[in-house]
Amino acid sequence: MQPFTSHTGIAVPLLEDEINTDQIAPVQSMRALKPDYKALLFMRARRRDDGSEDPDFVLNRPRFRNPGILVTGHNFGAGSSREAAVWGMLANGIRVIVARSFADIYRENCLQNGLLPVVLAAADAQAFEARVLAVNGVAPFTVDLVAQRIGGPGGPDMIFEIPAPDRMRLIEGLDDIGFSLKHTDAIANWERRSAAEQPWLQTARDHRTS
Amino acid sequence: MPKTLFEKIWDAHVVAQRADGRELIYIDRHVLHELHAPHAFEQLEKQHRAVRRPDLTFSMQDHTVATKPGRNDETNPSGAAFLKAMRDGSRRNGIRLFDIDDPEQGICHVVAPEVGIVLPGATHAVPDSHASTVGGLGALAFGCGTSELAHILATQVMALKRPTRMRVRLDGRFGAHVSAKDVALRLIAELGVAGARGSVVEYSGSAVRAMAIEQRMTLCNLNIEMGGRSGLIAPDDAAFGWIAGRPFAPRDAMWERALAQWRTLASDDDAEFDREHVLDCSDLEPQITWGTDPSQVLGISGRVPDPTAFDASRRAAAENALAYMGLRPGTPLAGVPVDRVFIGSCTNSRLPDLKAAAEVVRGRCVAPGVIAMVVPGSTTVKREAEAAGLDRVFRDAGFFWGESGCSMCAGGNGDRGKPGERCVSTTNRNFEHRQGPKVRTHLASPETAAATALLGRIADVREVLSGNA
Repeated sequence: MQPFTSHTGIAVPLLEDEINTDQIAPVQSMRALKPDYKALLFMRARRRDDGSEDPDFVLNRPRFRNPGILVTGHNFGAGSSREAAVWGMLANGIRVIVARSFADIYRENCLQNGLLPVVLAAADAQAFEARVLAVNGVAPFTVDLVAQRIGGPGGPDMIFEIPAPDRMRLIEGLDDIGFSLKHTDAIANWERRSAAEQPWLQTARDHRTS
Repeated sequence: MPKTLFEKIWDAHVVAQRADGRELIYIDRHVLHELHAPHAFEQLEKQHRAVRRPDLTFSMQDHTVATKPGRNDETNPSGAAFLKAMRDGSRRNGIRLFDIDDPEQGICHVVAPEVGIVLPGATHAVPDSHASTVGGLGALAFGCGTSELAHILATQVMALKRPTRMRVRLDGRFGAHVSAKDVALRLIAELGVAGARGSVVEYSGSAVRAMAIEQRMTLCNLNIEMGGRSGLIAPDDAAFGWIAGRPFAPRDAMWERALAQWRTLASDDDAEFDREHVLDCSDLEPQITWGTDPSQVLGISGRVPDPTAFDASRRAAAENALAYMGLRPGTPLAGVPVDRVFIGSCTNSRLPDLKAAAEVVRGRCVAPGVIAMVVPGSTTVKREAEAAGLDRVFRDAGFFWGESGCSMCAGGNGDRGKPGERCVSTTNRNFEHRQGPKVRTHLASPETAAATALLGRIADVREVLSGNA
């Protein structure tokens, strides 16, 4: 996983609540095993009925063509667990999402892919959204995970909180599987214990064939 | 120290604590589907990592399979690559596959309990947000993404933060033609789409005890629609009886041993919950969604709400929802004309769901111009329904009777509505464009869906059956 220390980029205001993964990565966009993850992001909102680009959708506006940070509302990423909804962000250069809140599985998928999920304190969130709207893509913001700080035009730096383990994992770009495999002995021990105490859990046999 | 049911299962599955504070939770059963597993197989192979416990892992073909009779890999052309990659990946890794032509093929959340893969007190993982369906049998199930899927394949554990504890108590008795679907929709309306975020929800109370196992699965299935991390119900004799004799369930002496342990699976009387919610089901009428998220719910006798009556934070969403749904404030929902009806999905496609719908349909006809579909949740359900003659009831009435799969729930197999169509659906998400571009989805129970198909407009099943519609 690509480590995350700091990211500077254009902040895109998409200030709606409840944006779900069907909006972020519609299932119809995932018809191929390897779809174009850049194109699938908000595919439906990006296009008008005739298939042409909708110039009003924020990511289609010239200033937001190279986004780096997405700024959005409550419960971002609700719905399906599809990870394409995170891969689409990365394919577009978005490495930070500042939301009022995140759905659980989506936030987990962000951490798995080196995409930083930020939730600011309520008062700061409002102020930050206002700054993002005011600067309107003309100048970038910098999100520094080491210092837990967002800096940019229109005001002083803002501090954000993130659980220490999540922060460490992103900064070090940990291979999550490798991290867990350090506990292979404990896993094997657990399996041995379970096989003795609750053996029906350690076997899943089809009784018709075996 | 008294414990909740969730804590008992969780604590019994803690393998270790990682340096980042996450707990490694052993996964007893891992159920995969073809939309996401192929990517994880590829990731593991690139990393030269093996699947740790293929014997505890099961592969299902459900999201992309066609539902047309006589289907094969190519019937849904965009599904072929997924089905093949799943087949190849499962074979390479020694994982039992329920393939498209398997007599037990079907939706992962329907097949796993049906064949006895799901056991009380076991932990489950599925790369799908509706994983907690199997909580209806007292299993603790977590939905996950593709990276976590690969993690579980390689390690057989999930690295999780401990969720909070929530209990929803359902009191009272259901009225006629009110089901778990109606209760779940009412709960989502009351608690909101993020109301259970971060929590494992235990459903309890007399109304839950009275529910058939399939109804309990419907209730737990919809737990994610209020943001819950997982949802479950303490197993009882009804659950044990339901599991007994299924092909993958323990037998003989092992069954007796398991049963003794399963009887301890309940929250202690004085166990603490971080949050509790109570709903009296006695006066509940059939429920249906009016908007574009599953919390926008009305009783079937209700009228479309006026967004100006909402608080400021929800007004814009309500206005957008009404614009998308093509509805005006004050309109009674019952009576709104529909174009489609879909009965199926992991939420409502088990045999009792189809029986309930068939009883409404029997001897009647689908309204002219309405496209009505029934897609059984598994090939087993389909076979059992056919043995009971339900397929004839539906087909004679003008319904399409399909092969099993996820079908129109998310349209991943090409089963979709046309732009502007209004669809009453027994599925779980009424999000914009989910069932096809500009399709307007109303979530409801199988009986409400069936009644709606007959009238060609949103219907109160109680009026249809009493002859007053």
